[in-house]
Amino acid sequence: MTRYFAGKLGEALIAIWGVVTIVFFVTRFLGDPVALLLPVGASPEQMQALTAELGLDQPIWRQYITFLAQALTGDFGQSFQFGRPAIGVVLERMPATIQLALTAIMLGVLIGGTAGAIAAMRRGSIAEFVVMTLALLGQATPVFWLGIMLILLFAVDLGWLPTGGYGSPANLVLPALTLAVFVSASIARLFRSSMLDVLKEDYVRTARAKGLMPATVFTWHVARNALIPVVTMIGILTGELLGGSVVTETVFAWPGVGRLIVQAIETKDFPVIQAGVALIAAIYVATNLIVDLLYALLDPRIKGSA
Amino acid sequence: MADFLRALLRSRTGLLGAILLTLFIGAAILAPLLGLPDPVRSDLRGRFAPPTWSGLFSPGAHPLGADQLGRDILSRIIYGSQITLSVATCAVVLGGIVGVFLGIVAGYFGGVVDRILMRLVDIQLAIPLMLLALLVVAALGPNLTNLVIVLAVTSWIRYARIIRGQVLALRSREFVQSARAIGASTWRIMLRHILPNVLTPALVVATLELARVIIMDAALSFLGLGVQPPDASWGRMLAEGRVYISTAWWIVTFPGLAILLTVLSVNLLGDWLRDYFDPKLRT
Repeated sequence: MTRYFAGKLGEALIAIWGVVTIVFFVTRFLGDPVALLLPVGASPEQMQALTAELGLDQPIWRQYITFLAQALTGDFGQSFQFGRPAIGVVLERMPATIQLALTAIMLGVLIGGTAGAIAAMRRGSIAEFVVMTLALLGQATPVFWLGIMLILLFAVDLGWLPTGGYGSPANLVLPALTLAVFVSASIARLFRSSMLDVLKEDYVRTARAKGLMPATVFTWHVARNALIPVVTMIGILTGELLGGSVVTETVFAWPGVGRLIVQAIETKDFPVIQAGVALIAAIYVATNLIVDLLYALLDPRIKGSA
Repeated sequence: MADFLRALLRSRTGLLGAILLTLFIGAAILAPLLGLPDPVRSDLRGRFAPPTWSGLFSPGAHPLGADQLGRDILSRIIYGSQITLSVATCAVVLGGIVGVFLGIVAGYFGGVVDRILMRLVDIQLAIPLMLLALLVVAALGPNLTNLVIVLAVTSWIRYARIIRGQVLALRSREFVQSARAIGASTWRIMLRHILPNVLTPALVVATLELARVIIMDAALSFLGLGVQPPDASWGRMLAEGRVYISTAWWIVTFPGLAILLTVLSVNLLGDWLRDYFDPKLRT
């Protein structure tokens, strides 16, 4: 168990290092920030001075080593745009992203889990047909378009909710609902198919034959085992949503990390891009580590093999 | 083949997906013959014309309305589908070639090669695809070629993972062992003996990837990093129409419906293909 987890931790650290490296080199292709930072008509001396100040005159490998060493201490340099430490700029936006991601996940798991369970328990019923049709539609709907349609209905036509922005719980409803539709569609389909797989297992028949109550069989034998792939899926989705849902945040003017990074790409704010993507990768990898741990707790076969 | 078609005809969802998809691809290919208005010509008198079904075949009729420049929305959706469908197909094929190749290499050689490739997959998985795509487009510049490259980059990992798993199982099969025993070269074994056996799973992955890539293409265009104006693309139409949401709902509604129906049909067909060929591919 410890070895299993240590191995996973090692893989996670390598992944974060890889992401940071890729982002470092890709941002170098984005263009020269010096030209953007100085006012039009700056003298060549001024440009040289700024290049030296930002360390951009150093050979690329030296810039990389310096970057890695500083990144280890959480120092990604000053944001070109805001003139403050980049990591601080990114961290400020985290609460908005976390709030949106967790609300959407909880809503999605609740709706999708219930719908998936109903679909699996009532095979061939109208309920199953409705759930599966809605789930298919939910998976095929582009998230940003769904957001716009919800704005059209609830903000423009009915006037019940604001079209976007941040602050009050009313602002959270539409973006969270938008993301929850996709989450619940994925979870409903997966939970249903994994429950159907489990229902075929011998141990479920045995449990029934022993005369256990249907509710007991459902909780202890079916749901618990059918949850294993669902937990993985929830982990992946949480990791993705915590990375900032770029388009949803854009549609609803939600001040999260995803929108920040898009703006940073437009303004070529290297430090913010690097800090942002590094943080997102770290969150994603950490979420997956937790999922692996949960996995081991849920699935006794992994404990035995490690 | 006959078996395949018979099974498709018997499945309701797979057949529905296949019919819808054929319709969309047919409309895209035959667009010039459909007598549609010019998708990029503006008509200032017809600005914001609402959808109207009366006099459907008379010139100047807009069955799905007209946009802020008076351009016919139905025509823009159909011409836009040419770009969307070809970009998505190219990206899925390109990503498929790279992913299948690397998947075979990882699965066949195993060991260090396999470990390095799979770590690469992990690294890429840790960057949200959308952010990765945004970064790469911003670095390379927004144009059609780069769009295809970016979408292919986000796509290869799915092939690589699944194909690798298949190859791991194939590697120890008798026909591979005997090819090796009679001295066939490694490349020959991978090309002649392994590759044909992983094409079916690759096709299934390709179909499911096509749906994901179409949505991503639209999202990139929506953020202004895809197809550049005046060409019609679904994502761009959404981005432009969004501004007029309170006055002209049709501009932003119909392109989104087009994306939804296309993705839905691809998904229906893809799910059916997977269940038909190998339900175990379900991930």
